[in-house]
Amino acid sequence: MTGSVLEVKDLSVTFRTEDGPLSAVDRVSLQVTDGEVLAIVGESGCGKSVTAMSLAGLLPRTATVEGSVMLDGVELIGADKRTLRSIRGREVAYIFQEPMTSLNPVFTVGYQISEVLRVHNGLSRQAARKRAVELLKLVGIPSAERRVGDYPHQLSGGMRQRVMIAMAVACDPKVLIADEPTTALDVTIQAGILDVLRALRERLGTSVVLITHDLGVVADLADRVAVMYAGRVVETAEVHELFARPQHPYTAGLLGASPSAGRHAGTHRLNEIPGLVPVLAQQPDACTFADRCPRAIDICTTKQPVLAAGVACWNPEGR
Amino acid sequence: MTEYALELENLVMHFGPVRAVDGVSLRIPKGSVVALVGESGSGKSTVGRCIVRLLEPTEGTVRLADADITHLNRRKLRPHRRDVSIVFQDPAGSLDPRLSVGDIVGEPLRLMRRRGALPAEQRNIPSAVADALRRVGLRPEVAQRSPHELSGGQRQRVSIARALISSPRLLVADEPTSALDVSVQASVLNLLADLQRDLGFACLFITHDLSAVEYLADEVAVMYLGQLVEQGPRERIFGVPAHPYTQALLSAAPVPDPSTQRARRPVLLGDDLPSAIDPPPGCRFHTRCPVAIDKCRTVVPESRVIGEGGHQVACHLVNDDGTGPDVRDQADTTGGVAR
Ligand SMILES: Nc1ncnc2c1ncn2[C@@H]1O[C@H](COP(=O)(O)OP(=O)(O)OP(=O)(O)O)[C@@H](O)[C@H]1O
Ligand SMILES: Nc1ncnc2c1ncn2[C@@H]1O[C@H](COP(=O)(O)OP(=O)(O)OP(=O)(O)O)[C@@H](O)[C@H]1O
Ligand code: SF4
Ligand code: SF4
Ligand SMILES: [Mg+2]
Ligand SMILES: [Mg+2]
Repeated sequence: MTGSVLEVKDLSVTFRTEDGPLSAVDRVSLQVTDGEVLAIVGESGCGKSVTAMSLAGLLPRTATVEGSVMLDGVELIGADKRTLRSIRGREVAYIFQEPMTSLNPVFTVGYQISEVLRVHNGLSRQAARKRAVELLKLVGIPSAERRVGDYPHQLSGGMRQRVMIAMAVACDPKVLIADEPTTALDVTIQAGILDVLRALRERLGTSVVLITHDLGVVADLADRVAVMYAGRVVETAEVHELFARPQHPYTAGLLGASPSAGRHAGTHRLNEIPGLVPVLAQQPDACTFADRCPRAIDICTTKQPVLAAGVACWNPEGR
Repeated sequence: MTEYALELENLVMHFGPVRAVDGVSLRIPKGSVVALVGESGSGKSTVGRCIVRLLEPTEGTVRLADADITHLNRRKLRPHRRDVSIVFQDPAGSLDPRLSVGDIVGEPLRLMRRRGALPAEQRNIPSAVADALRRVGLRPEVAQRSPHELSGGQRQRVSIARALISSPRLLVADEPTSALDVSVQASVLNLLADLQRDLGFACLFITHDLSAVEYLADEVAVMYLGQLVEQGPRERIFGVPAHPYTQALLSAAPVPDPSTQRARRPVLLGDDLPSAIDPPPGCRFHTRCPVAIDKCRTVVPESRVIGEGGHQVACHLVNDDGTGPDVRDQADTTGGVAR
């Protein structure tokens, strides 16, 4: 397909664990086009982060990865360490949920950004420092000239996340993977971070893979959405289409379960999705959502639905 | 008899130099739900823990119905324990893994029995526990299980069952759904709403999820850096918020609808948060307030009633009739991002 910066096909990730193999991601396919924001949503443990880490080659050795991840025409699965290292940072950059764990506490933020620039772009010390200040301004840090000399602990959570974004975009990557970039932050701070991501996409044309479980964040920023459930993508759609006409019963349930879906106290109950999130894909011959699904039919418990026309479901909504 | 389940008067809680709560006055009418919102570290949980007397306040009063419990010692507190319960955010950490679910849920009753205060209809503790579990949508057999065998949503139901078994007049629910999966949150919120309606307890609902507030609360109190900046009936706080921080908070919470959300312009406050060790003088919000004037930097704004239902606000620029600036009209769409 032309125009796709990132093309994921039948990606499966299995972890070796003490209790035997654990299938965390099961035949996931995704595409991200130039300058597009793709949101991956789904609840805790459904495989969002594992999918994202495999896009940046960040999975631990206990993981077995199958399938294909093409970044700008280069296959990442099975690529050697050198290829991966040169791609990481330059082509694809990763922002983690908790910025404190990925910033080094003993160096100033200016030094850390400069290092990235010197290693990847071969800038001189002085040029790198100057560019670091520009990047801090780009992500909306006030008094960047002064802040460049701060240590991570001197910054608020929101500012640390901005620094992480500055580091991630330092080498002008084609794809930015943001794993719950605002989950740890307050809404007033979150609004600013989402704005930075929006501006980067507009100004630099960076494609963004945005991982979140917050449908408000999706509504704010995404062009397209992939909904994951128990290790699989169950629905993908353009964002307006997804909110207006969800096809998968799980997506429909999620949208209805949100208290702000036009309801007010006392007048309505929230939609509940009965039952529990299953342990990961262990029934190859059934829909993993079957025991919670209000639309389940016979075939759902005997045959696994595959993604077709944007939805993996035998009896989608609106049909 | 008062009409309030809880009255806080000028509540202050300092941890050494940390002024976590700094003069909070709040009343919860019997049988109503008051939501306490505000950002991380603003002191919401500390208020909750003072109310259930896990903490002894530095200053001020905590009054439950007619009893002043501010400084009661352990022994004197005991008779009041059944009047107020708390549900914590983290269902895993708040249940003792060495006890069975039945022991956990029944514990308040056993404590009451020891004091001879157990009501006749609850003398049979196992059957009272079974009732309590059924009420929160769990099968009574769960009583034999250990909490770690349950899912997060089930564990949160267990803590709710335990909190309500003594028929408290007041429930403090401290972010009861934030640790839960999205698809499970709705059922816990529905459960709380149903129980509250059926049993009629008053509730302080601590949360940072404004959409849940709109669903559950009768009144809303907004906290910033240890103080309340605005409080009032839900419709007024959502409809005509007066304090610049409340306005910013409402505008910043994204709504799950792409067309609506993209037409909105959040107020961006900047993210340099002041600290509770050294709060700014004057109005504590002045370092981030888009409409601050000189006076805000030196003079502390007093809380005043500005509208029906006890709608109160602490801001110099809000007039006595509730009119004043709306920071959402002047939203800066550049986001402070260099363009
Ligand atoms: N290193 C690992 N070894 C074994 N299992 C793992 C490992 N990393 C993740 N998993 C498992 O893979 C599954 C998917 O995890 P993942 O972190 O992708 O979830 P997620 O969708 O990002 O959830 P959350 O919203 O909680 O971040 C989980 O069941 C998790 O326990
Ligand atoms: N036991 C303690 N000792 C010292 N400081 C404390 C203690 N408990 C809370 N604090 C501090 O008091 C302030 C208020 O904390 P609190 O937990 O009440 O905030 P919160 O509004 O509940 O935040 P969150 O939304 O993150 O739960 C914070 O600065 C916190 O670090
Ligand atoms: S395949 Fe069947 S069980 Fe699965 S979501 Fe669709 S209707 Fe429901
Ligand atoms: S008192 Fe001043 S600084 Fe405080 S909220 Fe009002 S206008 Fe803003
Ligand atoms: Mg994750
Ligand atoms: Mg708290």
